[in-house]
Amino acid sequence: MTSTVVRPPQRESRDSVVIRFAGDSGDGMQVTGSQFTLETALAGSDFSTFPDFPAEIRAPTGTTFGVSAFQIHFGGGDVMTPGDAVDVLVAMNPAALTVELNDLLVGGTVIVDTAAFTERNLTKAGYTRSPLEDDSLARYQVLKFDITKLTADAVKPHGLSSREAHLCRNMWALGLLLWMYGYERTASVEWLKKKFAKKPLIAEANIAALNAGHAFGETAEMTEHLVGYTVPKADVRPGRYRTITGTEGLAWGLVAGLRASGVEKLVFAGYPITPASALLHTLANLRAYGVVTFQAEDEIAAAGAALGASYAGALGVTSSSGPGIALKTEMLGLAIATELPLVVIDSQRAGPSTGMPTKAEQSDLLQAVHGRNADAPLVVLAPMTTADCFDIAIEAVRIATKYMTPVMVLSDGYLAHAAQPWRIPREADLPRFPVTYRTDPEGFQPFLRDPETLARPWVKPGTPTLEHRIGGLERDYDSGHISYDPDNHARMTKARADKIAGVARDIPEQAVALGEDHGKLAVVGWGSTFGAIHRAVQIARDEGRDVAHIHIRYLSPFPRNLGDLLKRYGRVLVPEMNNGQLVRLLRAEYLLPAESLPKVTGKPFRVTDIAQAIRKLS
Amino acid sequence: MTVTTITDAQLAPKDYASDQEVRWCPGCGDYAILKAVQKACADMGLSRERTVFVSGIGCAARFPYYMSTYGFHTVHGRAPAIATGIKLANPDLDVWVMTGDGDGLSIGGNHMLHVLRRNVDLNIVLFNNEIYGLTKGQYSPTSRRGTRSPSTPLGSIENPVSACAFALGAGARFVARSIDTLQAHLIAVLKRAHAHRGASFLEILQNCVVFNDAVFEHITGKEFAADAQVLVEHGKPLVFGKNKEKALRLKPGSLTLEVVDATAADILVHDETNRPLAQLLATLEPPFPTAMGVLYCNPAASYEHDVYAQPGAAQGVKGGDLDALLNSERTWEVLP
Repeated sequence: MTSTVVRPPQRESRDSVVIRFAGDSGDGMQVTGSQFTLETALAGSDFSTFPDFPAEIRAPTGTTFGVSAFQIHFGGGDVMTPGDAVDVLVAMNPAALTVELNDLLVGGTVIVDTAAFTERNLTKAGYTRSPLEDDSLARYQVLKFDITKLTADAVKPHGLSSREAHLCRNMWALGLLLWMYGYERTASVEWLKKKFAKKPLIAEANIAALNAGHAFGETAEMTEHLVGYTVPKADVRPGRYRTITGTEGLAWGLVAGLRASGVEKLVFAGYPITPASALLHTLANLRAYGVVTFQAEDEIAAAGAALGASYAGALGVTSSSGPGIALKTEMLGLAIATELPLVVIDSQRAGPSTGMPTKAEQSDLLQAVHGRNADAPLVVLAPMTTADCFDIAIEAVRIATKYMTPVMVLSDGYLAHAAQPWRIPREADLPRFPVTYRTDPEGFQPFLRDPETLARPWVKPGTPTLEHRIGGLERDYDSGHISYDPDNHARMTKARADKIAGVARDIPEQAVALGEDHGKLAVVGWGSTFGAIHRAVQIARDEGRDVAHIHIRYLSPFPRNLGDLLKRYGRVLVPEMNNGQLVRLLRAEYLLPAESLPKVTGKPFRVTDIAQAIRKLS
Repeated sequence: MTVTTITDAQLAPKDYASDQEVRWCPGCGDYAILKAVQKACADMGLSRERTVFVSGIGCAARFPYYMSTYGFHTVHGRAPAIATGIKLANPDLDVWVMTGDGDGLSIGGNHMLHVLRRNVDLNIVLFNNEIYGLTKGQYSPTSRRGTRSPSTPLGSIENPVSACAFALGAGARFVARSIDTLQAHLIAVLKRAHAHRGASFLEILQNCVVFNDAVFEHITGKEFAADAQVLVEHGKPLVFGKNKEKALRLKPGSLTLEVVDATAADILVHDETNRPLAQLLATLEPPFPTAMGVLYCNPAASYEHDVYAQPGAAQGVKGGDLDALLNSERTWEVLP
């Protein structure tokens, strides 16, 4: 550096920005992204994040399949998705550059660590010559910094090994990006002190790197492209906020549901599987909240233990991803036959079979609704956003305990890891639905139904004089004893179907998320595609198109007004991250000529994908 | 429904019978086992409301319907998993798993392995008739080589698993064996199994009168029993024969057993806490006598006990402050 110039305070203004941090699995990109998210949140901006990490645990360094990325979309407007295209790409090595460059907007900014562009790394990334030295990046604004050396200089006073110093590069990059958008470093400094509480030297070095990156932006020799920006605060409802991932939303929602039900214990049984394991990990730390977690020997045992717990009077919950849900199918049948509450959380991923475990898909809908032997109905719900995971989990507990039925919650790999701001509710404001266990022996029969809900009584073993036997064999409608009577089986089949269908009377009517309750086109979605569809419909409406957005959270049974509502639109378009599943259910249920917009790339919808489809139909 | 309150001590074996008609084949060994269990329950004065019988699928799995306790007839092989969930939810319940050789060692073999390894406090009773009865007579994982069945018309070419050796290998801390027709012995062993804290595993040789009749005749037949069975008892010499004239001892210089005259030196005394000895006894087969009784008993804390003994264990609804959880880590205030 030849001179130091303190920048003038003027910054350019941006409504919203999409940044993608990309580097090797070991470069700490997820941590960098999370810390940037937190500073964004604390500054009052809205945001939506999308972590995209490789399936390999420790891929060889410098390889394209070892690239780990974290995308954040932040700003003042309605930030509903992690963003279609990237404004700023931070590429810590050539592999990250080559993998992620496609999504960078023409004219966008790419920040690279020049020291990582060695011949060895370039070869691993498939470059025959450095893209920094030819015109292949001419369409972008390229900011080349020797981040490795700048970091090493910054941490030198702390006496780290060169390897340890190298690991501080991400904090330097974080510092620079925080400067670019005028954000604070306080929360990151606090976090580093806490994380490295037992290694104060490492904490200090990382803080030094963070500060150095920030100071570099503040004082570096003027380069034409290194510009500071301001992003407006979001106009959101007053209250206390935090960031929430879908996994946290589900875990805390289950705990809140447990309390609302008054059930003493939640027994969560799972088996490790990507991307569902995070829920097991989160709940394993909530023992003080009445949660007992059990890592079973397989998916079947996990479902079995959860069902056994429900039989014993606790709230049984099991969780998996598509292939594991397939294994639990037999136990779902038993839960339906014995009419016991059970919450099943499916973090969907791309399939079939092992498929692409780290990539999100919505392709288990038909499995959830229909994927069992015999006539075996259950309730299926799907959260729209990470924050909605909390509410959906509470609702799943309510329906499971009130109707004595399994309830399947369809989350996905994207919701599990993505984060959004969340207005924290107070426990006092949450719903209450206390469960009553049957203790009265007068007129007791294990399958005597509540006339309104058609639910049978929940009896805890240990209750005197109510001893009874249940099982998978068909049982008599009245006495609950084993029965092969043909008319009885027909009556029981109908009772099981009517009970689930009746849940429709106990859930909200389908609302229109955006637009009118009639018109030319309804775009109907479910699950994690909410943000992309909503934004696309907003754009189309701004263009003057007659289009509405309807998002279904209750997939089985459907809300009671859904059919009538959909018939008030000329056309119905169903974007979903599968080869057309909700569209089939809607056609079958309502004889509607609904049209499909499938996306099966393992990546979330881009707003433009949907906006273009809308333009064709409206 | 009429309600009569009877204190548990007053209960007779018939009080543990449900009002359901028992539907096993006439002459089935399961009748004897049901009778023995009901007698053992009465002898021990078990509380009906605190007792749960859990089963999978198969002839043995009908068992819960015939008991007046709580009962859960589940799906094939999964009873140990469901029973584990019951114990995790309520460790105070007295939970039995009634299973068979197909249910417990074939389709449910994995669950059996893990429930024993974890040492969940369950009374596991495996009815071994060396055949699939309910599905009409196919060979099972305990069927001997050569067993002819509808699915093995030329005779089975598979090697059978020894239920007790499997249980010991899985880490079970209570392993016993008895016979359907050996009523007094069976009742005594059932009581021992029930008294054991942690997973207890009891194999009962049970005769399937329809599909595998007399398969244990060479062990249980009156004329063979004395020579074909060694009744093991902790602290007592391992002797057998009509006049207790034969004994077992370690073959010098090897880790195998041999049959010697009861007056010989160094005959073995049964030590039910000795796992290697239990393994040797579990795998004895003709021409050796089959070992009956408690082969191994060496209790340790049960799984669900340890789950709740861990620091910060589930404390029920009032245990944690939900608002504190939701406000943990970084939060920020958006002002009006």
